[in-house]
This record gives sequence, C-alpha cells and structure tokens, in this order.
Amino acid sequence: MNKYWMSGLGLMLFSGAVAAAPLQVVSSFSILGDVVKQVGGDRVAVTNLVGANQDSHAYNMTAADVKKIRAAKLVLVNGLGLEKAEMMRAVKQSKVPYAEATAGIKALAAPEGGGYDHGHDHDHDHGEYDPHVWTDPVLMQKYASNVAVALIKADPANKDYYLQRLQAYSGELVKLDSYARSQFNTIPQAKRKVLTGHDSFAYMGKRYAVRFVSPQGVSSEAEPSAKQVAAIIRQVKQEGIRAIFAENIKDTRMVDKIAQETGSKIGGKLYSDALSSGAPANTYINMYRYNVRVLTDAMK
Amino acid sequence: MNLYDYLIAPFAEFEFMRYALASVLFLAFSGAPVGVFLTMRRMSLVGDALGHAVLPGAAVGYMIGGLSLPAMSLGGFIAGMLMALLAGLVSRFTTLKEDANFAAFYLTCLAIGVILVSTNGSNIDLLHLLFGSVLAVDLPALRLVAASASVTVLTLAVIYRPLVLESIDPLFLKAVNGKGGLWHLLFLVLVVMNLVAGFQALGTLMSVGLMMLPAITARLWVKNLGGLMLLAVCFALLCGTAGLLFSYYVEIPSGPAIILFCGGLYLFSVIFGWESGVVLRWLRRGKHHQYQEPV
Repeated sequence: MNKYWMSGLGLMLFSGAVAAAPLQVVSSFSILGDVVKQVGGDRVAVTNLVGANQDSHAYNMTAADVKKIRAAKLVLVNGLGLEKAEMMRAVKQSKVPYAEATAGIKALAAPEGGGYDHGHDHDHDHGEYDPHVWTDPVLMQKYASNVAVALIKADPANKDYYLQRLQAYSGELVKLDSYARSQFNTIPQAKRKVLTGHDSFAYMGKRYAVRFVSPQGVSSEAEPSAKQVAAIIRQVKQEGIRAIFAENIKDTRMVDKIAQETGSKIGGKLYSDALSSGAPANTYINMYRYNVRVLTDAMK
Repeated sequence: MNLYDYLIAPFAEFEFMRYALASVLFLAFSGAPVGVFLTMRRMSLVGDALGHAVLPGAAVGYMIGGLSLPAMSLGGFIAGMLMALLAGLVSRFTTLKEDANFAAFYLTCLAIGVILVSTNGSNIDLLHLLFGSVLAVDLPALRLVAASASVTVLTLAVIYRPLVLESIDPLFLKAVNGKGGLWHLLFLVLVVMNLVAGFQALGTLMSVGLMMLPAITARLWVKNLGGLMLLAVCFALLCGTAGLLFSYYVEIPSGPAIILFCGGLYLFSVIFGWESGVVLRWLRRGKHHQYQEPV
C-alpha cells in the first residue's frame, strides 16, 4: 500500500501524470467518506477512520490510524466537535493539510439535556454546536462544495473533474431535498412527530418541520432523568406519536422501554451517525432516502 | 398534593418507575449483604475492578454472536468469573493480598479487552451497550437480577457461618479443617454473579454503588454483623427509592441520583455515625481526658 502510494507520488511529481494514482484522502467517518467518494470519483482513494456501523462517539485512536493520517495527502473532518479531541490533535500534528466539511455552515446550537425542552445533563461531549449537519440535504450542498474545494486545493490538476462531479452531486442533493420535501408534505404538520433514542436529527427536523423527541441527548454518554422519561411517555400518549425509532449503532433499550410502556411499536431502525456496510444505507443518499421512507411510513 | 401523590403516584402511573423500583429492591437485598462481606474482607474496590474485567468477555461475545446482549453478557460473566477465580487462587498460593491480585488481573483484562475491540476494527462502545440504565430495565433484565438476588440470599444463608469465620479468622478455620478455600470461592461466585447481572440491568455505577456504599455506611452505625447487613439493606432501599423519586421531580439522571443519595448518607454518617462517627468519637475521647485528668 505504502509502496504503491510512494510510486504514485513519484509519478505525479516527475511526469505530472494526472490519472496515475488516486489522491489519498482520509475522512473521519463514513458519511463524510461517501461524500468525498461521490465528489472525488476515481481520482481519490478514501479511507474512513470510523467506518460503517461504527460510532464516532466511541472512537479509540490507534497507531494504524495515525499512520493512515500521515500517509494521506488530505484529511477531511466534519468539524463542529464531532471528532474527538485526540483525533484532531493527531491530524494537526501530522502537518497533512486538513479541511472541515462544515466550514461556513450556520450550525444549530447543541440541545442541552436530552433535547426535551430543558435539562441539566451538562453533556459537553460535543461542545456547543450540533454536528449532525448531514440530516439536512440542503446544507449538504455547502458540505459537498467544501469537500470539493479541499480536493482541488490538494490536487489542482484535476480541478475540472472535481467541479464537474460536484455539479452532478449537487443535482442529486437537490433531487434528494425535493424527494424528502414531497414525502414529508404528504403528512399533516401536526402529525410530523418522531421519537428517537438520541437527538441526532435536529437539522432534518428544522428543514422539514418534523418534531423529534428523544430521551437521551446528542451523545450516547448522557443519561436521562426519570422526569424526562415520564414527560416523554406522557407526551407520546397525549399527542399520539406513532413513529418510534431506534438507531443503528446505539443502545436501544431506553426507546424499547418507552415504546412498550406507551403500547406502540418500534417503527424500524434509523441510520443516524454512520452508514451501513451493505443495503439499505451504503451511501449518504441511500441512507437519507431510507430514513425518509421509514419515517414517513411510520407517521402515516 | 398529599403524601400519596408524592410517593406512590409516580410508581402507579409509570411502568418504568415500577421496574426501576423492583430492580433497586432486588439489588438492595442481595447486593448490600455481599457488600458487607466485601468491606469486612478489605475487598471494597473489587466491584470497580470487575466492571473493567468484563470487557474482554463482552468483546469475544460480540465477535461470536454479533451485537447480541445475551452473548455479550455471557462472555462478560465468564471473563469476570475467570478473573475472580484466578485472583482468588493466586492470593491463596502466594503472599500477595487479594486486592493486589484483583488490580493486576483487571488491568490485564482491560488491556486484552481494548486490544480485542480495536483489532476487530470496531468502534462500538461495547461496555456502554452492555451496561444498562435503571430507567430502561426490561423484563428479561429484571428476571436476571431477581434470579441472581434469590440465589445470592439463599447461598449466603447456607454458607453464612463458615464464611464469617473465614473472613474473621481464616487460621482458625484452617486449624479445624473448615475448607476455607471452598467458602471463599463460593463467595466470589456470588460477587461476580451479582455484579454482572447488575451491570447488565442497571450499569456499573448503580450496581457497584448500591452494593458498597450502604455497606460502608452501615459500619459507621453498628458493630455486629447481623445489624450491619440489616442496616445496609435498609440504607440501600431508602437511598434507592429516594433517588428515584428525586430524579422524578428534579431533572437529574436516575442512576447518579440514587448513588448521590448513598454518598450523602455516607458523609452524614462519617460525621454523626453512632459507632465510629467523627463527632461521637471526639465526644468520647473528651470524656476519656476528663477521667484521666485527676490522675
């Protein structure tokens, strides 16, 4: 691998050959990795530090990861505190150029304490902003163009290629937005309420006027209080929330318990912080379509 | 609002509150007496050690059975058991004390666990998935805790006398050929069983905290063993219920709320405890001085 990369670098240096070897890019987690793949096409080779079906909140840095970072020509991170401090430190120390995909995006403040209305969880895992920007496909336009800018900076020779692919991908994102909008619009706004285990969908909720209720905060570490759980159970009963969801990489027991107590059924699994390794959520767009489909099915 | 509304209504309205209370009840009845023996044998930190030691077992369970709780808890139980037995055996056959062996084994276990989790290329927080929360106790978890509590109480009743002797005067037991090692190992089995069942249902903080803190606190009030166990169970029940209700009215997480009550009671007892609290000791010592002055 390393040898291959060295020879690729050599080729690029000496002959300026454009398509000789793909640009080595490290991305911090699977969703960002997919965006890089979509924009970079076959001119980049992406390695994810936190892969599909894995939790960024539970990441443990390994020497192999540091090696991957040092071997890369470009490191892409989400930013807004999704990456653990140790990962950012390793990236900065490696002197490899890095870029934040959420740069310039107006972030929402992180909900404090379980995302119900108030709380004293003091969950500072994520800092003050909510990093789950990818739950809004409109913001993903800027996200993808940030990725493209970083790619062009690292590999100017392929500028036109990246720009062209970015344009195509933006088109897909526009389609994704209109798909999501049309799907959610089939449901009266009063019924657009969802219960999830963790509070990862604030951006989606804001874009499509869906109200997400969740007992645990943004991080998997936070624990709810009995008061919060009781309030959510009452709310689910009173407002008749029928869409109750678990997430792919989280502890589902709390949500199971609430579903059981309110006599409702779990509507399925949502993919929140990581892609799946196979269907149904192997790319960002597939993941989003899948989430929208199961959400709207459950709310009907 | 009368007393009923404050104390009973939350449990009447919400099933999750009843489940939480039931699990606290089971944990109090089995954990607190075990905690009394642990403090007596200077093994107060074993609970925390075990909390880390289950990681390699959980990781192996995850590798074999995927993200399934039974597979992971079974693995955790086996790992905890192995560590406890090995630590017990080593302290029988060397001059090292039990707590030293527990420290050595749990650190090794933790390292193996982290390596297993990482080489598997997985960044899933296995322990976090494995350890439950008091508000999310479901029927299988409750059954598990109830079963382990019943077995513990019965076994403690059967092995009570030899275990007491073994804890206080192991040499005497050895002299009368009392099979000290057997009682010791049986007791370790109980400890691991209680803790692993507790971890899965309620999380580390809850199961270790409710086991140790009431037992330690009780020691500040009474001296005899029966009284210690009774008082420890009462403290655990009191703090468990109070913490749950507190977390129902004031918005703080339930597990920490319960343990905070235990900690508060402990601090209160350190100062005012009848048997060895600071104030009483100071008063008694004062008297002592008065008696000695005329001489």
